[in-house]
Amino acid sequence: MSARSSYRVFNFAFLSKKTMLIAFIISGLTILLSLGSLATRGLNFGIDFTGGTLVEVHYKNSVDLVEVRSALDKGGYDDAVVQYFGTSHDVMIRFGLHSDKNSDTLSNEVMALLRNGNQEVEMRRVEFVGPQVGKELLVDSSLAVFYVLIGVLIYVAIRFEKRFATGAVLALLHDPILILGLFSITGMEFDLTVLASILAVMGYSLNDTIVIFDRIRDNLLKLRKGETVDVMNLSINETLVRTLMTSFTTLLTVLALFFLGGKMIHGFATSLIVGIVVGTYSSIYIASALTLKLGASKADLMPTIIPKDGEQATTDNRP
Amino acid sequence: MNQYPLWKYTLIAVVLLVCTVYALPNLYGEDPAIQISPPYAHNIAIDDSTQQRVEEVLKELKLTPRRIDRTAGQLLLRFSDTEDQLKAYSALKGKLPDYVVAQNLAPAVPDWLTALGAKPMYLGLDLRGGVHFLMAIDMQTAIRQDEERFVQEFRAVLREENLRYQDVQRPQQGGVLVSYTDAAQRDKAAQLLSERYPELVKKNIDRSDGFDVLFNYSEKTLKEVKDTAVEQNITTLRNRVNELGVAEPVIQRQGEDRIVVQLPGVQDTARAKEILGATATLEFRLVGEDGPNSQPYKTRDGGKIWLKRSVIVTGDQIGTATSTMDQRTARPAVSVRLDSKGAKRMYETTKENVLKPMAVVFIEYKVDTKVVDGKEIKNREKKQEVINVATIQEAFGQNFQITGLAQNEAINLALLLRAGALKTPVEIVEERTIGPSLGKESIQQGWNSVLAGFLLVMIYITFRYKQFGIVANIALMLNVVVLISLLSLLQATLTMPGIAGILLTIGMAIDANVLIFERIREEICNGNSPQASIYAGFEKAFATILDSNITTLIAGVVLFSFGTGPVKGFAVTLSLGILTSMFTAVMVSRAIINWFYGGKKLEKLPV
Repeated sequence: MSARSSYRVFNFAFLSKKTMLIAFIISGLTILLSLGSLATRGLNFGIDFTGGTLVEVHYKNSVDLVEVRSALDKGGYDDAVVQYFGTSHDVMIRFGLHSDKNSDTLSNEVMALLRNGNQEVEMRRVEFVGPQVGKELLVDSSLAVFYVLIGVLIYVAIRFEKRFATGAVLALLHDPILILGLFSITGMEFDLTVLASILAVMGYSLNDTIVIFDRIRDNLLKLRKGETVDVMNLSINETLVRTLMTSFTTLLTVLALFFLGGKMIHGFATSLIVGIVVGTYSSIYIASALTLKLGASKADLMPTIIPKDGEQATTDNRP
Repeated sequence: MNQYPLWKYTLIAVVLLVCTVYALPNLYGEDPAIQISPPYAHNIAIDDSTQQRVEEVLKELKLTPRRIDRTAGQLLLRFSDTEDQLKAYSALKGKLPDYVVAQNLAPAVPDWLTALGAKPMYLGLDLRGGVHFLMAIDMQTAIRQDEERFVQEFRAVLREENLRYQDVQRPQQGGVLVSYTDAAQRDKAAQLLSERYPELVKKNIDRSDGFDVLFNYSEKTLKEVKDTAVEQNITTLRNRVNELGVAEPVIQRQGEDRIVVQLPGVQDTARAKEILGATATLEFRLVGEDGPNSQPYKTRDGGKIWLKRSVIVTGDQIGTATSTMDQRTARPAVSVRLDSKGAKRMYETTKENVLKPMAVVFIEYKVDTKVVDGKEIKNREKKQEVINVATIQEAFGQNFQITGLAQNEAINLALLLRAGALKTPVEIVEERTIGPSLGKESIQQGWNSVLAGFLLVMIYITFRYKQFGIVANIALMLNVVVLISLLSLLQATLTMPGIAGILLTIGMAIDANVLIFERIREEICNGNSPQASIYAGFEKAFATILDSNITTLIAGVVLFSFGTGPVKGFAVTLSLGILTSMFTAVMVSRAIINWFYGGKKLEKLPV
């Protein structure tokens, strides 16, 4: 037998009463904290959702923000939020929806004002979102999250069983709530790309959960003896190396994005990093535990089994 | 065991080869170029004479383009640097007024690849720079305009038919209200009008002191009116974009009453907005006197003048218009040529009114949403101004000049009259402008992070899975090649989040191989032979790979259908990447492993 020494199955008690309790307390508290912050502080929505105008400019030499502000004051834009964007050469200016200015010509006027100064300035980006569009984007985005949840619920229910589906979806809700909480607590800007990353995280986190569920289904069939809880725990342990491996490689690529991808994509990358970490945790600790708590048992899985997933492949084809 | 038949190896090799060929165009850069094409909906051919004219202009400037590509629809001049391109552009724009001359970046793909239909990926505005506008059509104004027209027409019809009405007006809440004192008269008028205007629905309203009938658009017509308004505006916008000279513009309807306009490479958003959103048009009216047949107008200098209610000619009837200088006064002017119907009407009117004054009215609609105390308020403004009053010296028809405008007003008005009026006012509800330097920087940063992420993953996987890890890495590289070839073939828009999507699929594509290899290790650990372990590893892992990928695909598809612009780009690369990774991570890596390890007696596996 040539079993390699590097291969070993872990035997952590992921589904012991104590571990589950700790996991539920940690998740419960962080979710409460997130929801609390969302309720009181809310999210720092980008102009994608609130409507408004954003102008990013690049100065050839580093520039003092006071200078930029006074230039804008001259044009009557005293409500502008002016801040550095990465370096002291780059400045981001944000406006709410103006009541007295024609919103679609605002960016041009601002550029004209800034060009009047002594410094050489270059327009990098202008974004203007009208109030109607912002509201629509918010509604559409919430709907998108909702549809992903429904889609997943249906797919997992068909492929596995409804208790597994519920467990998966509850674990799935867990991840975006924590990401939203983080964005709310830190006050990082929440824009369309961050929302897209949340949907990606949902898909990703589910990916891990499904791999574990697949193994649970396999093992429930193979190991006729044994309690459901033991079979589930064994399955999490068996897939643990893979779960951590994949999370690690994905994390590597997202870290590359975070450090090299530039400012435009920072929020997006941050959300993905958090999502991958939290998603891995929720797949290991939350999804199966919830499914177990919901009372999933061997009998639930029996009718939906597709034979090819079973062990016949190895037995039939052994040389 | 673990051997593929030859045809399977061949098939996989052919697929990979084809993908490599179609991914190749992305390696070549872009040439600064000038694109010369006939204006939209004009049937001007690009032929030898066009090319000759262009070559003469270039010869004068002592410029030699690197290459000239001529197709039936356009002439593409490639230059070696942007300086030559700029020089040639400004010269050609002046010399070829009947064509659309636009600056462009043309992919420098070799001929043999172009012949195969291979193109580089289509970069989104956030990567190539340019403007994105979302315009909303103000339907309320469009309907009000129609109703105001109906008021005029109803009056004329009822007078003609001798059905003396008490009043015809447009009430505050919309519609057209015809009032009578007598019920029988009202019914007769209502009958007549609904026969003549089948697109309207009538509703009788009996008051204590009179009898009214209210006309409104029917639901069905309302939808048609909307559709026509959108279609008409798209045509007009397309004409205007042509006048601006933009290469590869996108003008599409979005939803019920929105239009997306994307202008790659355009930096002067002020002018683009001025031209695209403008609703300026002209009307010609005779000067009248204070009385029921006339109405007051403002003049440019703030005065007031009475003009006759009936219009001689409107902006729609103007065939072509060019901005010139008035020869006598040396002031800016617009030289106008009417269409035949307009010309006839103008001739008849001027013949009867020699030595009487005629006025030119400049009309502009503006709509704009403002937020006051958290509430949206739509501002609708109709600006009417008399720009010129002149005495009719003699009867004239088709050709004449209009003065009374500033230089830039004359240029813009001529352009707008040529391109056609926007029938319905539009409002820009979203704008995204990306400067060219930011776009270039984003591409650079995007590919840097893809490269870094890629290398990190490859090093780690080799370290972890030894020779099988190298197989996975080859599959991973091929995955990127296949993904890029698909994106190029489909000409799907690549955005910055799209590049992030490619990166994310690298992380996820390796997952399939991790699943397989871990399964193989497990099988070996369970005491199976190496060959059986390879077989079982691939077979057993496949269902899991499929399940886990489908769920991510669900998220990808939802993102695609809900997202706009950059987010859509993310959805595209994420979804396609999942599909391609199924092919490369499962089939290609299996093929490589089968080729090298299949059918051999193995003591242990390098996994």
